[in-house]
Amino acid sequence: MATFLGINLFGLFGQLLVGLINGSFYALLSLGLAIIFGLLKIINFAQGAMYMLGAFAAYLALQYMGINYWASLVLVPLAVGLVGVLMERFLIRPIANEDHLYSLLLTFGFALMLQGVFTHMYGSSGLSYSIPEALRGGTKLPFMYLPDYRAWIICASVVVCGLTWWMIEKTKLGAYLRAGTENPQLMQAFGINVPLIVTLTFGFGVGLAGLAGVLAAPIYSVSPDMGSNLLIVVFAIVVIGGMGSIGGAILTGLGMGVIEGLTKYFYPEASNTVIFLVMVIVLLLKPAGLFGKEA
Amino acid sequence: MKINKVYVVLLLLALVAPFFLYPVFLAKLLCFALFACAFNLMLGYVGLLSFGHAAFLGTGGYITGWLMMNSGMTPELAILLGTVSAGALGAIYGKLSVKREGIYFAMVTLALSQLVFFIYLQAPFTGGEDGMQGVPRGNLFGMIDLSDNINMYYFVLAVFLFGFWLIHRTIHSPFGQVLKAIRENEPRAVSLGYNVNDYKWVAFTISAALAGLAGSTKTLVFQLASLTDVHWHMSGEVVLMTLVGGVGTILGPVVGAGVIVTMQNYLSGGELGNYLHIIMGFIFVVCVLAFRSGIVGEFQKVWKRNFG
Repeated sequence: MATFLGINLFGLFGQLLVGLINGSFYALLSLGLAIIFGLLKIINFAQGAMYMLGAFAAYLALQYMGINYWASLVLVPLAVGLVGVLMERFLIRPIANEDHLYSLLLTFGFALMLQGVFTHMYGSSGLSYSIPEALRGGTKLPFMYLPDYRAWIICASVVVCGLTWWMIEKTKLGAYLRAGTENPQLMQAFGINVPLIVTLTFGFGVGLAGLAGVLAAPIYSVSPDMGSNLLIVVFAIVVIGGMGSIGGAILTGLGMGVIEGLTKYFYPEASNTVIFLVMVIVLLLKPAGLFGKEA
Repeated sequence: MKINKVYVVLLLLALVAPFFLYPVFLAKLLCFALFACAFNLMLGYVGLLSFGHAAFLGTGGYITGWLMMNSGMTPELAILLGTVSAGALGAIYGKLSVKREGIYFAMVTLALSQLVFFIYLQAPFTGGEDGMQGVPRGNLFGMIDLSDNINMYYFVLAVFLFGFWLIHRTIHSPFGQVLKAIRENEPRAVSLGYNVNDYKWVAFTISAALAGLAGSTKTLVFQLASLTDVHWHMSGEVVLMTLVGGVGTILGPVVGAGVIVTMQNYLSGGELGNYLHIIMGFIFVVCVLAFRSGIVGEFQKVWKRNFG
């Protein structure tokens, strides 16, 4: 067995890989939250439920319509995004002028309903979704065995996050979005349809959660509460990173996944709590978060 | 005077209620009413939404439960220590969370309560997934046997009235006025020289201690302390109770707790039990969209319009 300074490298790299995969999901979800927060100034408590919806949609599409994984990867985020669009248009917009805490409570209630419906229909034990044919193999690396599907998750997440970052920071559409974040009234005065941008942004942010759900379906069991526990961790990550920057949300997500993986190796008892503990430390030292802008 | 009459009528109702309804159910209702009142002190009077109050309910419950099972303490002491522990946790928690506002505050409190949840899940003294079962109720002051449900109910009523009185006093004190000023216009409160974060912190600690008191008492009533009380679902439930009853009204949380606990009791026995979460989520959505003042808030509006 390969050891270095008494550390079992197989175990270490194995946990690092698990950490990177969790980090990929954290990054996708916190990126979606950050995009929505930027324009609407609300936190979508239903983001975890949308992730769950994405995983279930992929499962149901395969079971009842024979839609395979690759098609789901495109279709499901669109469908989940559409749910988000409808949610924004018909539930959130009517109370947009109220205290933002109300929209938070609204999304929380929506999440409870969604989770309740799936628990009622499919029970709380998980369903399984098989890994697509093309990604069943793996590669043998010096210190570990890397299954293709796991590598694919990390690549897909990094590429999607990178593209989103590029779109928001470097393109004209992204410029509108950032301008809308700064000053929606002025944007509207320039003849840009801000409400439409808000709705589409919400849909996009929610769609990212749907995509994360499809990616997660083959490796985690598809169950109604898969999103809610994950979401609380993502909230801690959002507090750690602050929501000032898109890049910050992505980096913090991946970084926290890695830290969690390392903890699983060195001190497994704390693996559930380490991210929350990091949050406590960040709150003590830098209350606005690592990439936060507000005081 | 009008409000005082309402209180007198409610108190009389509470005194005779155990002769008509099951005392344990009523005691449960009062525990949740106190929990919701404690929560409302933060949301209704400071304007901060805590999404982690279950941590205090659960802490009070576990500490009291453990003491009753292992120390031979009388119940009032065990409850006192449970309350103090929850208050101490609230003080730590509050120091961290009042650094952030609004939505961040909600996320910080939720994340911290999840930390507490995992600690209780793994700590050996809580009994993990099984929880603490068969907690003895003991003899109050070493004299009154609480295993009698009627005695238990009147004790819970006394605890509730104490908590309710304390919240009432807090809100109507100069301290409470400052809290309301922070809720209405924080920058102005700062410019008047108030150390806003300290005020929030003290309010949070009081709120946490009272939530702990509710949890401690609840553990005695049910003779059980379990992870359910620390789960984020519980934090969501107390938000719902307060919202349904009326945020920022003193009686709202009591009414809201009554409605939600009765509904849960009624539904969980019947066919609709499976739909409980769907129904609760639905009530959340409806309340936020169309009923933001809650039952008591709406009632006050109607009263003012017609009789005020």
